[in-house]
Amino acid sequence: MTNISLNIGSESHHEPPTNWKTYFTFSTDHKVIGIQYLVTSFMFFLVGGIFAMILRGELITPESDLVDRTFYNGMFTMHGTVMLFLWTFPSLVGLANYLVPIMIGARDMAFPRLNAAAFWMVPVVGILLMSSFFVPGGPAQAGWWAYPPVSTQNPTGNLINGQVLWLLAVAISGVSSIMGAVNFVTTIVKMRAPGMGFFRMPLFVWAVFSAQIIQLFGLPALTAGAVMLLLDITVGTAFFDPTQGGNPVMFQHYFWFYSHPAVYVIILPIFGIFSEIFPVYARKPFFGYKVVAVSSMLIAMVSAIVWVHHMYVSGTPGWMRLLFMVTTMFVSVPTGIKVFAWVATIWGGKIRLTTPMLFALGALIMFVFAGITGIMLSSVPVDVHVNNTYFVVGHFHYVLYGTVTMGMYAAIYHWFPKMTGRMFNEGWGKVHFWLAFIGTNLNFLPMHPLGLQGMLRRVASYAPEYTFWNVLASLGSFLLGMSTLPFIFNILISWMQGEKAPANPWRAIGLEWLISSPPPVENFEEIPIIINGPYGYGQSEPLTANLENQAIKTAE
Amino acid sequence: MNIRLIFNLFLLMIGGFVITITSIFIGKQAYFWLPPQAAAESHLIDDLFSFLVTIGAFIFLGVTAVILYSVLFHRANNYDFSDGPHIEGNITLEVIWTAIPIMLVLWIASYSYEVYEQMGIQGPSHLLHLHNPIHIQAAFAEATETPAATEIEIETENEPIELEKINVIAKQWAWVFQYPETGISSTELHLPSDRRVHLALQSEDVLHGFYIPAFRLKQDIVPGKTIDFEFTPIRPGKYSLTDSQYSGTYFATMQADVVVETPEEYHTWLETAATQTPSPAKNQAATEYAQNHNEKIQTGWETVKPAAPPIVNFSG
Repeated sequence: MTNISLNIGSESHHEPPTNWKTYFTFSTDHKVIGIQYLVTSFMFFLVGGIFAMILRGELITPESDLVDRTFYNGMFTMHGTVMLFLWTFPSLVGLANYLVPIMIGARDMAFPRLNAAAFWMVPVVGILLMSSFFVPGGPAQAGWWAYPPVSTQNPTGNLINGQVLWLLAVAISGVSSIMGAVNFVTTIVKMRAPGMGFFRMPLFVWAVFSAQIIQLFGLPALTAGAVMLLLDITVGTAFFDPTQGGNPVMFQHYFWFYSHPAVYVIILPIFGIFSEIFPVYARKPFFGYKVVAVSSMLIAMVSAIVWVHHMYVSGTPGWMRLLFMVTTMFVSVPTGIKVFAWVATIWGGKIRLTTPMLFALGALIMFVFAGITGIMLSSVPVDVHVNNTYFVVGHFHYVLYGTVTMGMYAAIYHWFPKMTGRMFNEGWGKVHFWLAFIGTNLNFLPMHPLGLQGMLRRVASYAPEYTFWNVLASLGSFLLGMSTLPFIFNILISWMQGEKAPANPWRAIGLEWLISSPPPVENFEEIPIIINGPYGYGQSEPLTANLENQAIKTAE
Repeated sequence: MNIRLIFNLFLLMIGGFVITITSIFIGKQAYFWLPPQAAAESHLIDDLFSFLVTIGAFIFLGVTAVILYSVLFHRANNYDFSDGPHIEGNITLEVIWTAIPIMLVLWIASYSYEVYEQMGIQGPSHLLHLHNPIHIQAAFAEATETPAATEIEIETENEPIELEKINVIAKQWAWVFQYPETGISSTELHLPSDRRVHLALQSEDVLHGFYIPAFRLKQDIVPGKTIDFEFTPIRPGKYSLTDSQYSGTYFATMQADVVVETPEEYHTWLETAATQTPSPAKNQAATEYAQNHNEKIQTGWETVKPAAPPIVNFSG
């Protein structure tokens, strides 16, 4: 029983990561690939952050006086693209890559080489996007939505232009994500350790599973739209060209059919992270485990029928506006269930405010705020007013920074000892949290009044009456930029010379905490046999039947 | 019942009461976060928004209060390494907690639906295509409450009221307004107050968006299509119209003034404008394109050439 080989596609031997150079080579170890994803995406996070600060630098005054309009337009296009396709997606894939096989008791992903190939496409996407700054006419300037006909206008007349490179990058990123999704779904379905039924999987695995299913049905639409647009620009087809009978609104359908569910691809793993972190630091079992597991799948399903809420004012008929309003609002039901479950998990616990817990709590509070403004946006009449204004920008930055990035930080701190075998510095972690929490709110809260007043997104200059809130937002963005410094130093120094981490520094329950820190090459010498659910806090039963010497000893 | 439980229930009631009062207060404040209400539709939208803010504030404060209470009063002390109570779930509580959001969603959705139906901002052609019998009880009815509007005939189902028809043309990067009945054109949008106006929106090149924050109204303009759009301005004054759908390099400059005036002033304006000879209007995009810029960082990247400044009778 213990020696069943569950590694479907890996007959090759993995090289253990003996030194840091391993992380720059082609490796098929899911843990090495996970770290590669995390480090690469964080580099691009810094690039995207610098772009954001240039944007906020321009917007600190009403006039367009820092950078010219073409550069500004390129900046917001690249900021959005880099942050989505090179930070949030890859960083979460990296985390899942690292954790999912361990959490389900597998030795690796189902297809280790496919996994490595999917990762190495990320730097290619990054190089393509960055090189677009050096082609005549500069990078793409049509926003990360790339709506035609603006995106098909090509003033330089060159075939190789920023927009073409952008579309290639997005298409490659889509292929990479589809490869990842196939791998994750197969791994989770096929490679769970004996005894790990679906309802014994950690909630993070449930979340990743649901998110990757969205990738499978959604990404083909985006990739198809990108390819059609590429053909329109390069060889002169007219899928979206209204002067030749094409329909530009059709592109919006292709685009949003994936790009709204994409938000759930990003947020579901964060929900999973919350679900892993709260029980540990509140020392309580997860409240309502089954309902929350199922609610992830429910979100994945509903996500397929919400995309038109981005297009209420795009010339869609009234019935469509109202239909999609109702489906969009229904996303708040499974989400509300989750929020309730987290709050109930914390309630009455024995809470320890460690750095990961602080980040998770801060992210949860900001997520509740984002959820409320999300309901407002789903309501057609309110959306008619605030659509394409800073209200929307504020809303989704509360999702993407307040929740996703803060949740990512929580995850990195929480699993840092496991990944590196070293402890991080708790004091600097807290400094990082407070700078980031204050910075996020100072940056993104002022965007809501701006949007309600009517300030549009993507403008390089604005009416003077919007100055006050813009100055606050810009200061917030600079603070947010600074907040990454304590993180970088803490991580670098702790990784090199932090205190050695024990196997289970947080006394957490879960397979990843049964193995040494950092984990051995193929995770488990013996494949564990699971005999219990993943959140048995307050109960002294072991999690596995065969790893007694390492089984969790809960406090009496 | 022990003292502790009574105390907790008392605390919960007080907390609930404070949060309710605060939420209602915040909901009332919501009106001040918005621009002046210059169209009949804006009243409907603002009421809906205030309602959503009230509910939202209640949820946000409720959740935050519970989290803060836990963090403050359920902290483990330094030497306590024991676990919390082993509570895995509570079916009754979970059912209630699923039912509440469902009810809330249905409530919010039906209220939003009602408001949208009253707005009736999409022109009649959309309804015709769909054979949709939804009765558009236009927000115009709202406008009749203002004293100035009393003499205006009220719309009935069979007899649509006389609409003020205006063509709106958007291009990179200028707005042109044509008044087909008098044959004049302008780069400033003049509208009569307390009259339902019908706009035919057209774009000459890319997607644009018609957006007047003071009216709370927005509609994308798709090239190759004429989009009907209706509303009722009710408050005389000067407002700004902006392009709400990103339209390329000089997107931010694509602004126009909207002047709402009494029907008499409006007609006077139409007559005066008709006497003026058409001349090129001022256009910021064209000016910037021709000039050297004053930005600190200039890339010199090529841009789409702005359309020629529009030739109009009246330039704002």
